[in-house]
Amino acid sequence: MGPPDFQHKGRATSRNIKLEKAKEKERANAAAVKSDHTVEWSWPYTSRYRSTCFLVLGFAFLLRYLVSLHSYSGAGTPPKFGDYEAQRHWMEITVNTPVEDWYRNTTDNDLTYWGLDYPPLTAYQSFVHGSVIEALQPEAVALHTSRGFESPSSKMLMRWTVLSSDVLLFFPAVLWFINEFYSDYREKQRVWALAMVLLHPALMLIDHGHFQYNCISLGLAIAGAAAVVSKRELWACVLFPLSLNHKQMSAYYAPAFFAHLLGRCFQKNNLYKSTIAFVKLGVTVILTFAVCWWPFSESKETALQVLSRLAPMQRGIYEDYVANFWCGTAMVFKWKQLFPMAFLAKLALGTTVSACLPSMVQQIYAPSRKGFLYSMLNCSLAFYFFSYQVHEKSVLLPIIPASLLAIEEPQVLQWKLPTWFVAVSVSGAAVLHLMYFRLHPPRKYPFLFEALIMAYTFAHFVPLALYTNWKQWLLPKDTPVKQKLT
Amino acid sequence: MWTSDLSDLLWMVSISTCVKVLLVPSYHSTDFEVHRHWMAITNSLPVKEWYNDETSEWTLDYPPFFAWFERLLAVFASRVDPRMVDLVEGLNYATDTVILFQRSTVIAADCVLYWGLWRFCRKFTAEKQRLLYAAVVFSPGLFMVDHIHFQYNGFLLGILLLSLSCLREGRNVTGGFWFAVLVCYKHLFAVAGPVYFVYLLRHYCRGTSWFWNFMRLGSTVITVVGLAFGPFVYYGQMGQVLKRLFPFGRGLCHAYWAPNFWALYNTVDKVLSIVLRKLGKDIPGPKAAMTGGLVGDSSGHAVLPNVTPAITAMLVLLAMLPCLVRIWRRPRRSEVVQWVVYAYTCGYVFGWHVHEKAALHFVVPLSLLIADSVDAAGDFLFTSTVSYYSLFPLLFKSREYPIKVSLLLLYVFVMGIYLPHYFGNLSPDNLSNTCVESEEPDESTSDKSRSGTRWTMISSLQEVELLGTCRKLYLCGLLPLEIYSQLLHPYLFKDRLPFLPLMLVSVYCSVGLFYAWAKQLSACFNQPKPDIHFQM
Repeated sequence: MGPPDFQHKGRATSRNIKLEKAKEKERANAAAVKSDHTVEWSWPYTSRYRSTCFLVLGFAFLLRYLVSLHSYSGAGTPPKFGDYEAQRHWMEITVNTPVEDWYRNTTDNDLTYWGLDYPPLTAYQSFVHGSVIEALQPEAVALHTSRGFESPSSKMLMRWTVLSSDVLLFFPAVLWFINEFYSDYREKQRVWALAMVLLHPALMLIDHGHFQYNCISLGLAIAGAAAVVSKRELWACVLFPLSLNHKQMSAYYAPAFFAHLLGRCFQKNNLYKSTIAFVKLGVTVILTFAVCWWPFSESKETALQVLSRLAPMQRGIYEDYVANFWCGTAMVFKWKQLFPMAFLAKLALGTTVSACLPSMVQQIYAPSRKGFLYSMLNCSLAFYFFSYQVHEKSVLLPIIPASLLAIEEPQVLQWKLPTWFVAVSVSGAAVLHLMYFRLHPPRKYPFLFEALIMAYTFAHFVPLALYTNWKQWLLPKDTPVKQKLT
Repeated sequence: MWTSDLSDLLWMVSISTCVKVLLVPSYHSTDFEVHRHWMAITNSLPVKEWYNDETSEWTLDYPPFFAWFERLLAVFASRVDPRMVDLVEGLNYATDTVILFQRSTVIAADCVLYWGLWRFCRKFTAEKQRLLYAAVVFSPGLFMVDHIHFQYNGFLLGILLLSLSCLREGRNVTGGFWFAVLVCYKHLFAVAGPVYFVYLLRHYCRGTSWFWNFMRLGSTVITVVGLAFGPFVYYGQMGQVLKRLFPFGRGLCHAYWAPNFWALYNTVDKVLSIVLRKLGKDIPGPKAAMTGGLVGDSSGHAVLPNVTPAITAMLVLLAMLPCLVRIWRRPRRSEVVQWVVYAYTCGYVFGWHVHEKAALHFVVPLSLLIADSVDAAGDFLFTSTVSYYSLFPLLFKSREYPIKVSLLLLYVFVMGIYLPHYFGNLSPDNLSNTCVESEEPDESTSDKSRSGTRWTMISSLQEVELLGTCRKLYLCGLLPLEIYSQLLHPYLFKDRLPFLPLMLVSVYCSVGLFYAWAKQLSACFNQPKPDIHFQM
């Protein structure tokens, strides 16, 4: 009667182990619940995870809608208005002119007045939204006559195009990402992670206040990241190029995607398999690009014309006050006067690539889920610091991976630093803000406060970038995220 | 201890203040101009002219304390933009600065609401406090009426909460004082007067020193009322003031029928008149009555007897009677909130010319009862959903549509998730404190059976059922109703029968609120709760 007994015993022990594990889990949960009771809200995350997620989504929508009640930049200020008019004008052009003329200077398309300078996907998106608006309020996108057209109802339609893109694209992408990346975390933390991204004020203000469609390109990039994290590499090779084809700014993430996917290819057993994997990914990317550029591929000139619109070199290495390296050092080092523009472009390219390199090397050498996210953050910071013609809105690109990482990295990204440091930093920001609104700058330096704010934020960004690079290099070869809690 | 619970309140207040600030550019009703004009009246004219002025159709029709409140606001307003408080130049003056200023006065005045709320909850456990804070601070009704439509209900309800918190603590004179103040701010709150009177008479004016207590209370109330109305008595204007405060010429129902008993009454009347006309009887056509429903029904009823203000007043008192008898027999401070809520519900259901905004008067104090029992929580969830939904026609512009819908849905979600969680998590000790009213505190019940009931309660509380099937079905019915009135009706009838969707909403909600009223009435005959002893 040995074997059955043994079997029975074996089963019993395995069951025992399971039971014990379950008990342990229960105990851990109970402890967690207890600590919740004393410290914070005891919200029923676990039992009603879906409803709580819905709550966050609903609140995120409400805030976006409330922001959109307000005015947008450039409202009622002819002759050029603002980004709202740019987007509306693109709808006007795409709805009323043939595809090949969208990026070309014609009698109907005056490129000096908000000419299209975003990649084709933005143009298609403008066409879709423009068609909807044309159906509902034709005068808002009528050719020539609609310049600067602003009416309460057309404003509401335009606002709804952004709101719907956000809800239909950005929200699901973030949900997907959170459920993949934080799949082994407690549901409470997942809800917080969701709230961290969806309630971020920067995206809300830029898209629904200032008026832009960053939610589309960023949503596609986040969806690409979710595909990477869930090991659906081919999907990533579709989604990220789509993001890139909506807004060239997404190139900030390109090194991270490239390095991580290349690293994954190298992880295969032998060179042959690695090459096959790489070719598959490459072909997917090329196909995606081909589909996006299809209407402009009839002649080389058309494609080149589009390309030339996307890279406005004549604008200079920096404009306004952005908290990056070029602006930060411009106070002592007048880059624009010291060097010719072409040299500066090469210099910017060189510094950007070398700033991305450490992060890329780490991902090629040791690709990991967490490392990929850090790499997205580090590469976008590198671009933000060093690349050519950075706009202050580009800070959205580092913000997105930073808020996606916020639960992983609470010290820095949730600002859980020593109290004195947070107090000093926040009060410094408050003082600068008050000065900016209340004081008149000295006549000799009319942009003194802008420069001060820029230098102040730059001083915060540099240690952050160094820290996150260092953290990325500390990561083990393949982060055992899966084993973290079990 | 108090710092931690205050921080909870401050967190919620800052979230709701963010929403309020973002609501600044949203639609505002004529009440915005009403309040601006009152600032102008009180700022530009001497006190004796306040209730005589007819520069605008928006004459001052709130009691004197509110006029003084507007006078105070006018001090700041005249510094921001003097034209705002100019009697003639300021008419319909609504620049961005004026809007921002007036909106921020509402936001600032809400501090009184938070003060009252904090004072009411300060002796409760942290969990219970959070529940009540969330229920009041995130009330979609207050957002809709005060911060979009434009009024100062949060401020006034704050005074009511102060009064109720004093009564609950047994500080009867202070409670009476605050109530007198409240009535001198907005006389519509006087509906709870009988409840206050009987309660204070029986709870405070008793024992050996009943006479002195009575005198103390009476002199307090008379002083407050005297302060408010004294100047007008002195100027010999009391008649004019009262005429302004009680404009009975306005008709039984408001333009949009508030979902109360009279909405049902009007509907029955209309249906009967149509049916009888079809049968060939000579009945005054329903058409006049229908449009009457839109412009301020004064045309009277076709079939059913006409209703006069006196009848409605009698009905309100009659409805309140069981509750008054009960208070007379057992004046208990543990129950006083419930009876004040009941009084306001009676006023809403049977009152003359009730505005739908008056629903706030009973829903907000009702939210103070949610932590008492699962039953009360269920009643609250039901009543608040129906009455907040009935506020929807107040914001009729499409721009505000997503706001009101998401405010209500989010609130119902928060409450619907959090209430079962709160009751499911209560430990047995807490349960015996909070849910005791369903047990009989009679001595006859043995200890054994008592613990038995308690255990069944705990096991049933793990899966807390707040609403029950019927009420859930009723609430789900709001969805097709809304879809019909927003989409199907305009599609089917185009511009014809514009009153039909509003009438449907009003009738549907009035059924729910009538049920809520009846449920509260039935509580008058329940076994009483033991009085509060665990406080202090």
